[in-house]
Amino acid sequence: MVSKIRVLVAKPGLDGHDRGAKVVARGLRDAGFEVVYTGLHQTAERIVEAAIQEDVDVIGISILSGAHMTIFPMVLKLLSENKASDIMVVGGGIIPREDATSLKKLGVAELFGPGTPIKDIVTYITENAAPKDL
Amino acid sequence: MEIVDRLLEGDRRAMARLMSHVENSSAHAKEALALIYPHTGRAHIIGITGPPGAGKSTLVEKLALEYRKLDRKIGIIAVDPSSPFTGGALLGDRIRMSKIALDREIFIRSMGTRGKLGGLARSTNDIIKVLDAFGKDVILVETVGAGQAEVDIAGSAHTTVVVEIPGTGDDIQASKAGILEIGDIFVVNKADRDGADRTKLELETMLELGFYGTKWKPPVLKTIARDGSGMVEVTEMIESHMDYLKSSGNLEVCNRERIEREFLEILREEVTEFIIENAKTQGLYLEILEGIICKERDPYSTAREIRVRVTGQNEPE
Repeated sequence: MVSKIRVLVAKPGLDGHDRGAKVVARGLRDAGFEVVYTGLHQTAERIVEAAIQEDVDVIGISILSGAHMTIFPMVLKLLSENKASDIMVVGGGIIPREDATSLKKLGVAELFGPGTPIKDIVTYITENAAPKDL
Repeated sequence: MEIVDRLLEGDRRAMARLMSHVENSSAHAKEALALIYPHTGRAHIIGITGPPGAGKSTLVEKLALEYRKLDRKIGIIAVDPSSPFTGGALLGDRIRMSKIALDREIFIRSMGTRGKLGGLARSTNDIIKVLDAFGKDVILVETVGAGQAEVDIAGSAHTTVVVEIPGTGDDIQASKAGILEIGDIFVVNKADRDGADRTKLELETMLELGFYGTKWKPPVLKTIARDGSGMVEVTEMIESHMDYLKSSGNLEVCNRERIEREFLEILREEVTEFIIENAKTQGLYLEILEGIICKERDPYSTAREIRVRVTGQNEPE
């Protein structure tokens, strides 16, 4: 059995700054993950639907527009409505510390701010992605 | 098996999870595939292949939209290459399928090739079965960007659509063996670019030469998938091809061949794995391999010796 970690990298909302998401997607690929990249302008609904169809272990969301206090809670809510709360949600972008604290309380597993080495993200995902049972 | 029951009841999560088990060849995968096998064989499997950047993903999205107008349920498998070095993959075909992302009757699954050459992933045929058993009417399989010899799709699909773009070579390129032999339908996409008519003509000339009086003569159609031009015609042509397969009896022949091929592959894997596992637990595997590497043995008689030892028979009964 060869279990592969699958990660969805998504860029929600209207901001078009996808360089960070692309760099992370590429870094995760080089770490041996299967990375499903959905492109720009994703809604929370699309992100959750894609995550379910692709059966990913992790959703990584990149937000630089300031909409993080809307998008993350919506994604978490939709995951729970679809009985898919076992999918881990992580994020990156410009997220103030106090917001990060409340997002983590809501159920976001980890947030990786600017300057985070890819290695740290890879280690975090490898150590925390839950194994898939039936 | 609970996951199979849920899949047959239409639980998308169960289907997605089962696909992961199949891709990972987990202990449960074979048991589940055995249970769904009786429920397979209904769907029309359509392969979409062609060089990278030809517009395969966009064409798949537009085809899915056309088939939704006909009220068909659709499964999509999009294959992208896995890195031969890290095993990682960037699966980006969904980027071009955003218009169909929220349709509940469309299920899209991206796959990394995971070491398999030939244009498909190792377990694509099994993932097709999962979608088929789930009740999808049409399954669109997009291969990796294919060059000249990635022709596995022809063995998996009922109808193979080869996508080309204008200006990709002369008439000798069009006469080469490989991918241009497997098309049931040819599409010259991005037909608003220069040279589309010439490419269409070259493909038609090539097909004319290879036309040995079979009833189906592969047509060449022009499309601009980005704005949907020509997509109705492609969909109608795919449907005509299925009608042809049915009326000519070729569908049954193809299905029999496909099933035999798949069975042989499964049998080979089962037997080989058993023998190798056995040799490994007895601690013989490395010793044998080492012997072959330093030329104390040869691989041909060694394979035969092992076979005789396992079966206890010199010749088939």
